[in-house]
Amino acid sequence: MPKVSLWDLPDLPQNQLPPHLQLQKTRVVCNNDAPTHTENITYSGAYAAIGVDNSLRLDEFRKNFKVKVIKLSEEDMEFDLIGIDASIANAFRRILISEVPTMAIEKVLVANSSTVVQDEVLAHRLGLIPVKVDPRLFDYMSENDVPNEKNTIVFKLDFKCERKSGERRTVYSHDLKWLPFGSEYVLSTENSSDPTSKPKTYTSFTSSQDSLPEFSNNPITVTPGIIITKLAPGQEVELEAHAVKGLGKTHAKWSPVATAWYRMLPEVVLLQDIEDEDAQKLVNKCPVNVFDIEDVGKGVKRATVARPRACTLCRECIREPGWEEKVALRRVKDHFIFTIESTGALPPEVLFTEAVKILEDKCESVITELS
Amino acid sequence: MEHGSYQDQSASTFSLADEDHTLANSLRFALNQDPRVAVCGYSIPHPSEALVNIRVQTTGDPAKEVLKDSCQDLMMICQHVRSTFDQAVADFKNIRGSESQ
Repeated sequence: MPKVSLWDLPDLPQNQLPPHLQLQKTRVVCNNDAPTHTENITYSGAYAAIGVDNSLRLDEFRKNFKVKVIKLSEEDMEFDLIGIDASIANAFRRILISEVPTMAIEKVLVANSSTVVQDEVLAHRLGLIPVKVDPRLFDYMSENDVPNEKNTIVFKLDFKCERKSGERRTVYSHDLKWLPFGSEYVLSTENSSDPTSKPKTYTSFTSSQDSLPEFSNNPITVTPGIIITKLAPGQEVELEAHAVKGLGKTHAKWSPVATAWYRMLPEVVLLQDIEDEDAQKLVNKCPVNVFDIEDVGKGVKRATVARPRACTLCRECIREPGWEEKVALRRVKDHFIFTIESTGALPPEVLFTEAVKILEDKCESVITELS
Repeated sequence: MEHGSYQDQSASTFSLADEDHTLANSLRFALNQDPRVAVCGYSIPHPSEALVNIRVQTTGDPAKEVLKDSCQDLMMICQHVRSTFDQAVADFKNIRGSESQ
C-alpha cells in the first residue's frame, strides 16, 4: 500500500471494520503450510478500541441467517447454513450423531442356535441393524420397567437350512419378522395356578401394536439386505429380538445417522491476472477442475474461478513456489455446507429439526435449573 | 450449581452436570456476544465425567441473570434456525414438485 499522510487517510464508515480486519474476522486463510486466523472472534468488545460493536444482535442474526437446500432425498441431504457460528453448527452435528434417539435391538432371547456364529456375536450384529420406525412414538424403558407395547418392539428370526438342500443359505435382515403382539416365549418362572389365563411371556403387551394408526398400514421393518449369518445344511437359528429406545451416546447402534458432517465454504481468489501458459498450467493442476479458461480477446487467455465450491483445499495450485502470491485459498467462517446421511429411521430433514429441538431443550433445562 | 460469592454477584462459576462441549461451547458463544460480559469460558475437569464448569464475569449485572439471558438468546437462535430450515425445505420440495410435473 502506498504511504499516505495520517491526515489524508479516508474516514472509516461507522461500525465497519477496515478490510484487512474484516478478512481476518470472516475468513480462514489457507496457506501452503498451515491455515491462519482460524479462531472465531466472538467477544463483543473485541473491536471496542476502534469503536466497532462486535456483539450479535438477534435481529441482525435473523436478517443475515439463510438456509439453502442443495440436495434432498429420503436418505441424505446437503444444505447450506449461512450466517451462523461454528460452535452452534458443531453442536448440531454432535447432537445429530449422539443425542437424537432411535430404536435398536437390545435384548436377544436365543431359543435355538446351531450356527457357527456365537450368540453374543449374533446379538451384536442384530443390534447394529437399523430399525425403520419413528422413535418419537415410543418411550424410554428403564431397568425397572416392564416391557410393553409403548417401549419395546419385538422381532422374530426363525430360519432353518434343510439338510437335504445341500447348499449354504444366508440369513438376511429382512428375514426378521415383526411381532405386533409381543413376545411369544413363555416365562418359565411360576406354574400358574389358573390354567385358563394367558401364560406370561417376556413382554406384557396389553394391546397389539398393529392397532395403532401409524402401524396398521406400515408394518415396522428393518433395513433389508443386511447379512446376519450363514447357515450350512442342518443348522438352524430361532430367536427373538427386543428393540428399545436409546441414544447414540450410550452405544453407536442408536445413532440415527450413518454420519453427519460439515465443511466451510471454500473461497478461491486470484490475486493477479493469470494469463496464457500460466492459466493453462493452473487449470491442469487442479484435480477437481475449479478453474476455467476464458478468452478475453486478442488471443489472450485468462484463468477464472468457475467452481470454488468443489475445491477440496488440496493446495495443489499453491504448492509450487511463486504461486502463493497469485492464488489465495480461503474459507468463509460462517458458511457451512452440512451433509446428513440417515440410516432410515427418520428422514434427514426431520433429524435436523429434532437436533435443533434437543439443543433448545438443553438450554431450557439450564434455565430451569438456575431459576 | 453456582459457585460464587454473596457479596459480588457479578462473577461466578456454574457447574452443569450431564453436559459436554455440545451445550458448553454454544453457551460460551452466546455469552461472549452479550455486551455485559467481561470474561467467559468453560472447562471440562475430566473427560470421563460429564461435568462442565462455565465461568461468567460481568460488568456489574449478576452473573446468573446474564447466563439465563444468554440461554434465552441461544433458544431464540435455535428457533429461528428451525423455522428458516423448515421454510427452506418446504420451498425446495415445492420447486422439485413443480419441476417434475
